[in-house]
Amino acid sequence: MIIYGTAILALCHLLGIVLGDLLGRALGMTTNVGGVGMAMLLLIAIRLQLQKRGWLHPKTEEGKLFWGALYIPVVVAMAMQQNVVSALKGGPMALLAAVLTVISCNLCVAAINRMEPADAPTAEPSPEK
Amino acid sequence: MWPIVEKAAKDNGLVTAFAVVGLMMLLSGFLSKKLTFGRVQGSAIAILMGLALAYVGGRITGGTKGLADIAFFSGIGVMGGNMLRDFAIVATACEVQPTEARRAGWIGAISLLIGTVLPFMVGVLVARAFGYTDPVSLTTIGAGAVTYIVGPVTGTAIGASSEVLALSIATGVIKAILVMVFTPAAAGFLRLRTPRSAMVFGGLAGTVSGVTAGLAATDRRLVPYGALVATFHTGLGCLMGPSVLFLAVKAIFA
Repeated sequence: MIIYGTAILALCHLLGIVLGDLLGRALGMTTNVGGVGMAMLLLIAIRLQLQKRGWLHPKTEEGKLFWGALYIPVVVAMAMQQNVVSALKGGPMALLAAVLTVISCNLCVAAINRMEPADAPTAEPSPEK
Repeated sequence: MWPIVEKAAKDNGLVTAFAVVGLMMLLSGFLSKKLTFGRVQGSAIAILMGLALAYVGGRITGGTKGLADIAFFSGIGVMGGNMLRDFAIVATACEVQPTEARRAGWIGAISLLIGTVLPFMVGVLVARAFGYTDPVSLTTIGAGAVTYIVGPVTGTAIGASSEVLALSIATGVIKAILVMVFTPAAAGFLRLRTPRSAMVFGGLAGTVSGVTAGLAATDRRLVPYGALVATFHTGLGCLMGPSVLFLAVKAIFA
C-alpha cells in the first residue's frame, strides 16, 4: 500500500525532528540540531533493513518516491515566498558580505573537490552523457 | 465570475499552489528548451521566476512572505513552507547510496566546520570595514553570513540591536539567493559531479534552501547528498555563534 511508504516517511520525519530538538536541548539551545539529517539517516537505515528482509514492496516505495519527486516544485514554491524585497533593501554592506562569503566558500568547494580521487564514481551513470 | 474563481482558489490554497507551480514548471521547461536550447535547466529558470515573483509580491503587499502574502496565492506558503520542504527533503533520502554517504562523511563534516567559520570571519571583517566596532554587532553580522537563521538566533542570544539583526538576516537571505542563482552556472568550476562533491558543497555553501535549490537546478540526483550535510549547518552555527565565535570576536576586537 502506498500509504505505508508515506507513513514510514512521516514517522522518520517526526522522529528526526524530535531527536534534533532533544540534541539542541542537550546542547543548551532552543533550535533544532540536524533533525532533518537524522530523519534522512533513519529512513536510509529502515530501508536497508526492509530490503534485507525482502519486505520492501514496490508500492511502499512509491509512497516515498512521490514526495521525493515533488522536491523541485516545493523548492520553486519556497523561492516564491522569500523576502526578496528586504534582502535587496539590506544595502551595500549586506550585499558585499554575502557576495564575499559565497565567493570564498565556493573557492574552498572547488579546491576540496579538485582533491577528489579521479576514480570516484559519479552520481549514477546517466543515459544522456 | 472572477470572485467565484478567487474564492475557490482561496479556499483550496494548497491545490491552487500545485496548479500554479505546475504551470510555472511547464513554462520554464519550455523556455529552457526554446530559449537556451537546454543549456539552462528548467528548474533553474523556475526558481529564478519564483524569486522575481516573490519580489513582485513583496512590493504589492509590503509583507515578508513574497507572493504568499497575496490571498490568491496563500497556498504557496504551505507548499513551500518548512513542513513540506523538510518532508520532501527527507523523502529524497531514498536515493542516497549509503556506501557513498559513509565514505564522504568525514570530508562532509570538515566542510561543515569550514563552512561555519569562514563565512563568519568574512562577515565580521566586512562589518568592521563598514565601521562596526562592538563585538555584539560584529558577531551578529558574521553569524548572518553563516545562515539567515544563525544570524538572528545568535544576535538575540547576545543582545544585538534590531537594526543589526535586520542587516544580519539580509546578509543571510542574499547569500541563500546567490547560492540558488549562481550554483548551476558555477557547477563546472565547483566540480559538482559526485555524491562526495555534493556533500562538500552542502557543508560549505550553507543554508538548506540555498544548497538544495542550487543543486536541484544543477543535477537533481545530487540533492539528497547536499541536503544530508547542509541540514546540520544551522544547528552548528547556532551552537558556535553565541559561544565560541562570540568569545573569539570579543578577544580580538574588544
